[in-house]
Formats: sequence, structure tokens, C-alpha cells
Amino acid sequence: MIFFDNVSKIYNHNSVALKNVSLRIEPREFVSIVGSSGAGKTTLLRLLIREEEPTQGRIFLDGLEVTAIPVNKLHHVRRRIGTVFQDYKLLSDRTAYENVAFAMEASGRTDEEIHEDVPQVLELVGLADKMGNFPHQLSGGEKQRVAIARALVNRPDVILADEPTGNLDPINTWEIIRLLQKINGLGTTVILSSHDKEIINSLDKRVVVLDKGEVISDKEKGRYLV
Amino acid sequence: MLKITFKRIIKSGYLSFRRNGWLSAATVMVFFLVLFVLGNLIFAGAFANTVVNSLEEKIDVSIYFLPDAPEQNILAVKKEVEMLPDISRVSYTSKAEALDEFRERHKNNALIADVLSEIGENPLEASLNIKARDPSNYASISDFLLKKNYAIVDKINYFENQKVIERLSSALGVTRGFGALIVVFLAFVAVLVAFNTIRLAIYTMREEINIMRLVGATKWFVRGPFLVNGILYGGIAAILTVLVFFPLAWLVSPKLMTVVPNFDLFQYFLANLWEFVGILVFAGIGLGISSSFIAIRRYLEV
Repeated sequence: MIFFDNVSKIYNHNSVALKNVSLRIEPREFVSIVGSSGAGKTTLLRLLIREEEPTQGRIFLDGLEVTAIPVNKLHHVRRRIGTVFQDYKLLSDRTAYENVAFAMEASGRTDEEIHEDVPQVLELVGLADKMGNFPHQLSGGEKQRVAIARALVNRPDVILADEPTGNLDPINTWEIIRLLQKINGLGTTVILSSHDKEIINSLDKRVVVLDKGEVISDKEKGRYLV
Repeated sequence: MLKITFKRIIKSGYLSFRRNGWLSAATVMVFFLVLFVLGNLIFAGAFANTVVNSLEEKIDVSIYFLPDAPEQNILAVKKEVEMLPDISRVSYTSKAEALDEFRERHKNNALIADVLSEIGENPLEASLNIKARDPSNYASISDFLLKKNYAIVDKINYFENQKVIERLSSALGVTRGFGALIVVFLAFVAVLVAFNTIRLAIYTMREEINIMRLVGATKWFVRGPFLVNGILYGGIAAILTVLVFFPLAWLVSPKLMTVVPNFDLFQYFLANLWEFVGILVFAGIGLGISSSFIAIRRYLEV
């Protein structure tokens, strides 16, 4: 379970990213965080992996207070959360295989596990034939699928997908969304941030709407209308 | 677990060194130049030392004794002088030895031999030749001797050569001081250049560092490969530098010997080869590791 307890992120007077956000996300849920640019979607996700610190409030992951973990222990939390970024964030000097393997190597998994799991997960995202390609040899959709494979490979409790389709064409967008649905179907919590109405409305899942840093709506089987 | 992590760090460092070929080559080149400067500083230091030492070797003070001074009194003076601090050597030349030396030096000059036999007796004086550890000590040594006012002393040649000795000694002091200052300054510049090169290299990798942290790598797992890179930059540059110095020292050595005959650069290089290699490798790797370590710190705080 993920719990945002009255969280605010204030950069300065004119720039309030999040204001008193309280949010509870149950295991195996598929939650869409929606809102226009600057509504605070990305900040919310960044706070969960402590890429940023909240100005106020606490964040919990299964009873563990994420906001209280010292910087040199953060990797424990990050290994439990797979993150997919809008700009993919792949290591440019490593192949698709190595990018996925990196997450496992960093977690201290054995070579045998890596040899076994990496091809499997790359197959799951449909990139079995591009394992040896470097990021610059992949299309946007393919890069994002590598990123999803990397996020998945450590079998995390939660997948964060921060506008994962923001840079993709419609066909690739739907493939990524279907992939996320499939991952959710296998039992992983998925938190998706997006401003794409069509996608959100077709998902038919819980929708949390952010506006100017505040939660203005939170509905099961919600729709994104504004 | 620790072993496998260590292995992965080394492999990852090596991979990124190879795959970021241009960045690595440029950094190794800068490190090469830095170590080349350091190597030259070592040579310049040895060269200056030889020159200064050979000049210092030429400075001394002699006490000449009256012809009728008994030898035991002279030896008593020698003892006293030897007791002084800062004396490196006192040598006694008797009247007879002085004559022998004089004859030897002028053995080809018949006129001098004639004159000597004409005089009949030994006209030369016995002397003590004093060498100080530091040329600036000669003034105080001479003062001491003057104050003692030995009855058997004829003259002390310091006062004749005083101006020259003082000038030479202060010139040597200034040379040493300036030399040290220049060495420190150039070494500082070299270290700064190396550090900034690494900083730029790591700056270009800051996004990768951020990514590694965000996908759950520990600080050491991220830092390790960059330290490996630092070792490779420094180590390869050190080997390159030594390889370049071989032909260079061989070429320059004869030219340098026309200026200072008793300094053979190539021989010096060969005689101190392992020390030289050790210093360059140590400096290169040390610089590589410490620069990487410092430069990466701020990017790990995510």
C-alpha cells in the first residue's frame, strides 16, 4: 500500500507543485494521475522514489516511511519500485540487454538469474530480436519498452509510469498502455501519469485528477473530462 | 556477493572506457600531458641539482699558515675547526704536499722549475681547506677564525673571495627557492588540469549517474566504474609518458651534456627508471581516482 500523508512541495511563493495531497493506493491497483502540464503529476511520482524531497508531509510504502530513509539507503526502496520515465532514461552506452541487466546487477542478483530473466522480460515487451541494440539504434517506442522491461525485471511491487507515452505515436502509445495493463493483470500496482484523455477514458480504472497541485477529484472507474 | 559486485564494477568501468572511446582518448591525452609536465619537472629538478651541486663544490675557504708554523699547532687548529657545526670536510695540506702539488701542476713549465731550484727552500705555505655544508656558512666560519686570531695564521682567503662567494651563494639560494616555487606552481596547474578534465568527463555522464541511482544502484555501484575509469586514464597515460621519455631523453641527453658535461640525462633516466615509472603511475592513478571520487560526489546525492 502507498500512502501520501498531507504532502506538499513548494519551490517558492509563485511555484507550488503540490498542496496538501493525501492519497492512498492499494496493492494491485491501476491508478491514473491526470491533469494538465504543471499540475504536479511528475512531482508526485518523483517524491515517491525520492528523486525530490517533499516540503511537508510523509510518504509510506507498505508501512515504510519513504520520506525518512537516509540517502545512502534509498536504493532499497527504488528496487521495489520500477520507474518508467517520459524521456526513457536509458544508459546510452549500453545495449538494450545491458540496460535491463543493469537493474539486476545493481540489485546484486546472480549472473544465472540475469541470463535467465533478461531475455524473458525483453521477450515480454516484444524486443527479443533487439537485445543487442544500443538506445540510439532503437525507435522511441522500442526505447520505452526497454525502459519498461528494466522497470519490470526486478519484479517490483509498484510500477511508476510518468507520461510514458508522451513522446510516442498512437500505435506505440497503445502498445505501451496494453503492456502496462498486462503487468497490472499479473499483480503489480501501476501508477500512470498522463494528460491523454483518450487513454485514460478507455482504461476504465481509478482516476485521480490534479490541478495546480491539489487533488480535485478521485474516482473509481473515473473519467478525465476537463 | 562482494566479489561479484567488484567484478561487475570493474567490467562496467572497462566497458564504459571502451565505449566512450573519444572521451577516454581525450582524457588520457590530457593526463599524458599532465604526467609529461611532471616528468619534466623531475628531470629539471635533477638537472638543476647537478648544476648547483657542482657550483657549490667549487666554493671553499682556505687558511694559510706562516712558513714557520709547527705542524702540531696547525693540526690543533684543524681540530678546532672540525668542531664547528656546518662543516662538511677539513683537509690539511702540508708545506711539502703543497710544493708537490705545485710542481705537478707546472711540470711542463721549465721556468718555474728553475725558479724553485733557485730559491732553494720551499716557499709555499701549509694550508687547511674547509668545505661547509652550505655556502652561506662560510662567512660565519671565517668570522670565527678571525676572532680566534691565531698567531700562526697568515691569511684566510675568504676575505679575498668574499664578494664572489656571497654572490654565488645567494644566487644558488635564489635558484633553489625559485626552482621549488616553479615546481610547486606547475605541479599545481597540472593537477588542476587533470581534475577539471575528469570533472568534465563526469559532467557529461551526469544523466547516466542519475539514471543508475534511480533504478536502484547503491552509491558505490555507481561510483566504482568511474574510479576504474580514473585508474585506466592515469595508468595508460603513465605508460604512454614513460614510452615517450625513452627516445626523448636519448635525443636530448647529448645536447644537454654540451652545456653541463656531468649530467647525462639518458643515464639518469635509465638509472632511476623504476622510480620514475613508479612516480608517474602513482601520480597518474592517484590523480585519476581522487579526481573521479571528488567530481562524482555531487551527482550521487539523488
